[in-house]
Amino acid sequence: MNLLVCISKTPETTAKIAFTDGNTKFDESGVQFIMNPYDEWYALVRAIELKEKHGGSVTVINVGPAANDVVIRKALAIGADKAVRIDAEATNSVMVAKNIADYAKANGFDAIFTGKETIDFNGSEVGGLIAGYLDLPFVSYASDLQHDGTTATITRDIEGGVEVVEVSGPFVLSAAKGLAEQRIPNMRGIMMAKKKPLEVVAATAADAPVSVTAYSLPPEKGGVKMIDPENMDELVRLLREEAKVI
Amino acid sequence: MKADRYQYHDYYQINDLLTEEQRLVQQTMRDWVKQEVTPIIEDYAERAECPVHLFKQMGELGALGPSIPSEYGGGGMDEISYGIIMQEIERGDSGIRSMASVQGSLVMYPIYAFGSEEQKRKYLPQLATGDMIGCFGLTEPDHGSNPAGMVTRLTKDGDGYRLTGAKMWITNSPIADVAVVWARDDDQKIRGVIVDKEMEGFSAPKIEGKWSLRASITGELIFDNVYIPEENIFPEIKSMRGPLSCLSKARYGIAWGAIGAALDCYDSALRYSQERTQFGKPLGQFQLTQKKLAEMITEITKAQLLAWRLGTLMNDHKATPAQISMAKRNNVMMALQIAREARQIHGGMGITNEYPMMRHLMNLETVLTYEGTHDIHLLITGMDVTGLNAFS
Repeated sequence: MNLLVCISKTPETTAKIAFTDGNTKFDESGVQFIMNPYDEWYALVRAIELKEKHGGSVTVINVGPAANDVVIRKALAIGADKAVRIDAEATNSVMVAKNIADYAKANGFDAIFTGKETIDFNGSEVGGLIAGYLDLPFVSYASDLQHDGTTATITRDIEGGVEVVEVSGPFVLSAAKGLAEQRIPNMRGIMMAKKKPLEVVAATAADAPVSVTAYSLPPEKGGVKMIDPENMDELVRLLREEAKVI
Repeated sequence: MKADRYQYHDYYQINDLLTEEQRLVQQTMRDWVKQEVTPIIEDYAERAECPVHLFKQMGELGALGPSIPSEYGGGGMDEISYGIIMQEIERGDSGIRSMASVQGSLVMYPIYAFGSEEQKRKYLPQLATGDMIGCFGLTEPDHGSNPAGMVTRLTKDGDGYRLTGAKMWITNSPIADVAVVWARDDDQKIRGVIVDKEMEGFSAPKIEGKWSLRASITGELIFDNVYIPEENIFPEIKSMRGPLSCLSKARYGIAWGAIGAALDCYDSALRYSQERTQFGKPLGQFQLTQKKLAEMITEITKAQLLAWRLGTLMNDHKATPAQISMAKRNNVMMALQIAREARQIHGGMGITNEYPMMRHLMNLETVLTYEGTHDIHLLITGMDVTGLNAFS
């Protein structure tokens, strides 16, 4: 089973968020980057588990500059067999998905995994776009995946419950919490990762006709109002008139 | 125990000096400490119980003897990676770092450096996985700073030897399967001996009542005429160079480790100073708090540079024992002072186990003394620069 896992880098969750260039660009200075947790903890680990069960190989793919290699090496340390980096700045989902789809088309995979979203831009678009470019079925928000070698049985998280679907043949999946358990790489994995191939390929697709107009930070949190537990009428009034939640 | 909100601090971008692999080691160990150490450490320390299960976890991670070659079960990593591992573990707790230091630098390293091929194959792979726990016996009840004064004896008896004497302040000893012990033979030479826990006449009672390194178990080693077969003796090494080379490795790891404890205290103090308000403004806005925090990060940055440079010297096999002494002494005292200042910034809350300072503070009192005391290391530097020996 040959599996392709798309990995993205995202700022560490405690990073301070700021913007430059007239609020059109994320300020990366002093920010530490990690592998997007949905890609790492769920998509990658489940792919490795399937390979361990059925044989084959796991390739990880990233669109980005050489600075992303440390994130890619981590994927290799966790257990991916090889890595591909498409050497271009990842400017938006369309461009990322097109490049990955072109690579996947040329190399052929039994399944392509992404995280359900990146924790920075929350696009949830790349998986669906890849499936569109390759004309493959797309199963989003997968929280369980069983595969007998020919047919995949996938549980999807839906509002208030789950949906179980079956897919035969190649497909694209986006991974949600529950699909696998996080694996911490060990020192042997880190040492082995150095020897695994990391192929750098030129981008096949140029930028897409999408650009960011502006980013803005959420409004500062307001203060907390303390209400006497005896005074329920006041609580209801504030929730209705000020917070406007009921 | 509150959620672990620790963030690394790298004021001089020293991480840019690290290789991709070293940065991966750092992140891996940091994740592990956040998941497995900080959620349980206050509880284990309070109950003075050793979380023995962490040996297996550290073994699986490859944190035990990471610089031992992979053919013997080690990680085959460089000395900076080893230092980073020690730093991240000690960010969690000095006691847990001590468990790993002893296993890697004081047990695995001498077996690797001085052991026969059979000894290496027999012990190293099991020590690397944490299936076997090791300890190191050099210090004696009456010989601490002067280990060459040791009275533990190794006397010839038929095809083997008899070991008699006692060792004191031995990390891991009550739970150890194997002890690397140094003793004087009939020719007054210092020899290294591998003592298995089943050997008759060998016992390792626990030392109770420690107010420091409470999550690490410490004991004695008592040898009552223990029969040691020839195959358990290190074949070649016959001098103090044996134990001292192990101590150099371990002290090097401590120079890195202490920075971890300091960073944990600084990080907590910085956050507290931004969140806690008095007189209508955050503590961090007061000049005296800023003085404390600014001095802390300055000292941490200096210590980080010292450790990194020492690591490159270690990798090039150029580091001298005196250079290692300087870094161990400086960095441990730095950490101890930061723990105390950070405790002050937290006010009364700082004395509780809601915050890590008191535990680090108590731990670091041991770290200041073991592996060569603060004063002894000063005299090593003094001897190195003057050429005059203050010990004799």
